[in-house]
Formats: sequence, C-alpha cells, structure tokens
Amino acid sequence: MRARIWGCRGTLASPGPETIRYGGQTSCIVLDLDDGSVVILDAGTGIRPYGMSLAGAHPRRVDLLLTHLHADHIEGLRFFSPFWDPDVEFRIWGPRAPAKGLEERMAPFFAPPFFPVHLRNVPSRPRFREVPDEPWTIGSATIQAEPIKHPGPAVGYRVEADDRSLAYLPDHEPALGADLRTMEDSWISGLGIARRADVLVHDCQYTVPEYEQRVGWGHSSTTDVVAFAERAEARRLVLFHHDPLHTDADLEGMLVDARSVRGAEPLDVELGYEGQTFALT
Amino acid sequence: MSDASTQRNLVMILARDLTSRLVMPAFVVDADGTLAYFNEAAEPVLGRTYAEAGELRAGEWATEWKPTDLDGMPLSLEELPLGMAFREGRPAHRAIRITGGDGVDREIEVTAFPLSPRRDQILGAVALFWERSPTER
Repeated sequence: MRARIWGCRGTLASPGPETIRYGGQTSCIVLDLDDGSVVILDAGTGIRPYGMSLAGAHPRRVDLLLTHLHADHIEGLRFFSPFWDPDVEFRIWGPRAPAKGLEERMAPFFAPPFFPVHLRNVPSRPRFREVPDEPWTIGSATIQAEPIKHPGPAVGYRVEADDRSLAYLPDHEPALGADLRTMEDSWISGLGIARRADVLVHDCQYTVPEYEQRVGWGHSSTTDVVAFAERAEARRLVLFHHDPLHTDADLEGMLVDARSVRGAEPLDVELGYEGQTFALT
Repeated sequence: MSDASTQRNLVMILARDLTSRLVMPAFVVDADGTLAYFNEAAEPVLGRTYAEAGELRAGEWATEWKPTDLDGMPLSLEELPLGMAFREGRPAHRAIRITGGDGVDREIEVTAFPLSPRRDQILGAVALFWERSPTER
C-alpha cells in the first residue's frame, strides 16, 4: 500500500507564498493498494489535482471514504475527473447520521443554487454506503471506521494491508472532556483505530494558546495530539489539517512544540505536506 | 484489525463527558446493561463512589441498591426506568426507593432514556435521578 497526501490544509483552501511548503489544498489522501484498488480518504480540494494527475487514465473503481461532510472534506469532489467518467464505478462511504441517509445529506451540495448539476445526473452514478460497524474489505485492504469526537456525524478510518496500517483522523478533538494522560483507554475517542498504527495522520490545527480559545470546535492542539499518539502507541505521527491562518513558519514552530512534549519513548513526529508519500509495505 | 471492538462507542463517551459535568445525579449503563459510570453528584444518593462500585453487571446493580416501589415491593430490572428505556427504546420515569451503600433508605425520582444513534440500535442508557423532598413523599 502506498499513500500520498494531496491536501492537508484544514477548514479552507489557502494557497499562496506563505503556505507553499506544506500546501494549501484541503484534506485528501490517496491510497494505491497492491492489487490495483484505489481508496481515497476525503475529497477536499486536493482531490482535484489528483484527478488531473491521472490524465484520463482513470481507475475502473474508486472508493471514496469520507470522514464527515464539512465542506473542506467534500468540496473537491465536484471537480474530480473520475467522478464525471461513466466508466468508473464510484462508491462513496461516509458516517451514519441519526435521521437522513448519506446520499440525502450529500445531495444538496450537488444541486442548485450551489451547483448546476444534480447528483442524480453525475455520469459515474455514485453509490453511497454508510460505513458498517464491523471492518470490511476493499481490494486488498481491510477498512475499519469508528465514530470520533467532532461536531456532527464524523468517523476516523484505519486501513490495513500487508500487515501495515494507516490511521486517519483529520478532524478530531479527543481531549474534549478527557484528560488524555489519565483517562482509561476505552473512554478515549478514536484510540481503538489508532492503536499501534504504523502511520497516524491526525488533526493538529491549533497551538496550545489557540486551542484554549477554541475548545469544542472539534480540533486538537500540539500537546493533545502528541498525548493521543503516545497513548495509541503509534509509530509515526503526521500532523494534519493545518489551520488556514498558519504559515509554513508557523507550522514549523508547532512541530518544534509537538516534539518538545514527547515522553520518554521517541515518537516520530512530522508535518504533513502535499506530495508526501508513505510506502506501507 | 485494531482493538476498536474494546473501544467505547462515541455516544457512550459523550454521555460520560456530559454527565460528568452535571450537578444532577446520573447513571450510565452500556449495551449489555453493565454499569459504565455514575457521576460525582450521584455518589451521595447512592451512598458510594463509582471507584468503589466499579463496573457492575445489570443483575448486580439492579439488586445492589435494593430498589423497591414506594410501598416497599421489590422491583426487577425490567420494572426500573433504565430497564424500561432498554426494553422499549423510549424514556421512562418512576419514583422508587433504594438503600444506599451507606445503608440509608432514600426515595428518588428516576428518568431514564436510551442512547440510540439509530432506530435499530441501543448502545446504552442514562438515568437522571434526584432525591425526593419531604413534601414530595
């Protein structure tokens, strides 16, 4: 399994000279599985350049796993070339909601006045699937979804293939109502799917002082994400969902902060950036 | 796969978060009916701390506090508001009498509701309760 980050910015796309090293596209990671399957994690604006990179050589089937339906995680889908290809079998997975189904919740985003084309007229005729409670397989990968702390229905994903694992929790506030240093494991949101992940891609939108002003907004601080990763015993932590107001220099300062609060066991901490790849083999 | 099967469901986590911040006594059970948590406000009414009680199975907590109706007739789990919330998937309310872990008999009002993120699933239930004042007895 190979993973590539196509977008790691949170909230709002923010291209420009001050974000050029880590990128301004919103959340999107593409997983190329060894059997040729393609799994996409979220459809932020980063999915558009991924589609362009295919230069028309679309995969036969695409499985898009949405963590939730906030705009920065779906806004690129309308401009993703395989979505408009009638020969692509397109499946969209996402969190359950108490009342409406996934397709019904997505449909307004693909309808006037927000968009000229109705979802029912999209050529790939996407099929919508609410994530099951139990792990399921896509190609050679096993996928596990778990509801996590973020406003509204939201899930994190764990993808395993060839005994390697990637956990993806781009919008997550596990510290809300919980002391991550002392709370029992089973009561920490998201810990189960992050456990001993080879790569943990996790929300790190705020500095500690910023977080103190934004408790309950659904995101994490540098200190909390390191505490979470250490409780999960993750091997490698990739800081993700960068705040749109944070410049490259700001992010590098946050990386220093995150590394400084690590415990005795050395945790590999790095900043996610557009174009970053992980070979999980 | 990971050990997410041992992970509490988010609805349960949020229920614990919420009730831990309330001055109203609250009691949280999981999908098996096992006592998962009660808050600090519940401790003086139940006459013991959650640390002392720990996780009790449904049959255990349903007898631990010796619940009876107001006439002193013992109540089964199914007759308690939490049991009704589970069985019928809706809120339930009743005045009952319990004997606290401190040996004191108390009359309490209990309102329980199921934790159901979807119609075909009950992940647990929450009971909010309070001691009846002398004028309510």
